[in-house]
Amino acid sequence: MLEIALQHEFGGFALDIAFSAPGGVTALFGASGAGKTTVVNAVAGLMQPDRGRVVAQGEVLLDTAAGLCLPPHRRRVGYVFQDHRLFPHLSVRGNLTYGTRFAPRGATGPGFDQVVEMLGIGALLGRRPGALSGGEKARVAIGRALLSRPRLLLLDEPLAALDAPRREEILPFLERLRDAGMPVLYVSHSVAEVARLASTLVVLGGGRVLAAGPAAEVLADPALAAQFGAQEAGAVIHARLIAREDDGLAHLETGAGPIWLPDAPGQPGEELRVRIHASDVILSRHRPEGLSALNILPGVVTRIAPDAGGRAWVQVRLGQDSILARITQRSVAALGLAPGVECFAVLKSVAVTRDDLGH
Amino acid sequence: MNGIPPEAWGAVFLSLKVAAVAVAFSLPLGIAAAMALARGRMPGLWLLNALVHLPLILPPVVTGYFLLLVFGRKGAVGAFLEQAFGLIFAFRWTGAALAAAVMGFPLMVRAIRLAIEAVDPGLEQAAATLGASRIWTFVTITLPLMLPGIIAGAILAFAKAMGEFGATITFVSNIPGQTQTLPSAIYALLQVPGGEAAAARLAAISVAVALAAVLGSEVLSRAVARRIGGRDA
Repeated sequence: MLEIALQHEFGGFALDIAFSAPGGVTALFGASGAGKTTVVNAVAGLMQPDRGRVVAQGEVLLDTAAGLCLPPHRRRVGYVFQDHRLFPHLSVRGNLTYGTRFAPRGATGPGFDQVVEMLGIGALLGRRPGALSGGEKARVAIGRALLSRPRLLLLDEPLAALDAPRREEILPFLERLRDAGMPVLYVSHSVAEVARLASTLVVLGGGRVLAAGPAAEVLADPALAAQFGAQEAGAVIHARLIAREDDGLAHLETGAGPIWLPDAPGQPGEELRVRIHASDVILSRHRPEGLSALNILPGVVTRIAPDAGGRAWVQVRLGQDSILARITQRSVAALGLAPGVECFAVLKSVAVTRDDLGH
Repeated sequence: MNGIPPEAWGAVFLSLKVAAVAVAFSLPLGIAAAMALARGRMPGLWLLNALVHLPLILPPVVTGYFLLLVFGRKGAVGAFLEQAFGLIFAFRWTGAALAAAVMGFPLMVRAIRLAIEAVDPGLEQAAATLGASRIWTFVTITLPLMLPGIIAGAILAFAKAMGEFGATITFVSNIPGQTQTLPSAIYALLQVPGGEAAAARLAAISVAVALAAVLGSEVLSRAVARRIGGRDA
């Protein structure tokens, strides 16, 4: 459980936010300058807001009304900085174990060997940070924060400086961390990362909370879609991997029917999150035939939000999940789309890449 | 020994002792002053800054005179220290060490202050989020990262102490075997007929000690820089 309320003014910028999250990964999403890092710094105690209250795992870290402000070293939040901030004079081993000596005796968490193995940094232990690549630094920084046995992990765009293969090394680890129950506050401006990791999504803009709620709901909100960008906007559906077929495609079952995707990771029986870009979705009133697209799912239109340039965002309910479709207002009118209308969503298999698939 | 009078050798060893004691005692103060100047936010820091730099600007004789006023046996601090701890500065080698420490202090503080300003406060924040209190952070992060500056500052102060003349001779005079340091010995030898040869030899020793200090500081700071920014443990 995480409760954050902050008010702060500096240099003509006013931050006024409040949200709470049940646990899991809480993603703070927003453009640069939205105040994301300020929020994380206030949670860590590296800046003191004018007014605010921060509660993590039942522990009050900050309550200006009660005159309470724990110093950073007593907050037990593991902060993974965007620039990693590894100690240059210590070896990787020295960095990893730095926080362990300050952890309270009763604190639990993964052990040294376990963290080193999970992050795949066993071969780096004797090196110094100066000899590490960006991806290696990110992994060591995450391990160092974890080994301080934090009650909350703060990740400030830890993958922003990494290329796609390097990100792919670290994201599965963060997914496992989330599934192990570690509360995480995750700052990102990447919709792909948020879609894969977040259980709760908080959208910040201009120092305000624009939306907060379960990630799948916020991502499927047509009124917010523009915040994520025309190309990036899209919702997440849940699917179970059934089998890998001989031609390389994986058969998955969603709440609304079967889909076939290339590159699906994992073993049969596993649950996957599939991010469907809104601009990759075609809507049809009738089940289309003679189409190369493999995935045709029946659904019901739930909301429509017009957008600039004659475009519109259409939210379609597919079983338990909702997706977004970006189509023209002309098509909305031609198809007679309105809330309650049944339609078919057509999804190209090849439009879904590895980046869109998470556990 | 080699045409250098025994009492001149005494001056060499006395100078080494005076310089070593001056650096050892002023180093913790120098680190504290540099920390205050680099990181402090309290009012009146300009006063500390001026005070620290004063010996660099004042004529050494004036500094020596002030030392005599304050730390002499009738001076306010000098009288108190003699009564409380039996510690006498005036006309003793301890006084030479005090004069050397005061004269070397600005050089030491400047070097350490530069090193502190080069330490990334972000690393100290990282240590705090990992649970390290301010003192722990200072000992395990700040201090090791500013070590090159501390070494440079200490060696500069040591070299300055070896060569200090004006304040020393004013404060503790030039008593062979007691307060006659290397520069005072050279000065004394040059005042007597036929002393030039011995003075030249002492000057050569002076040069050798200075060169050794510079070389030593170079080797040390390279080793430390390798440890700090290096690629291997």
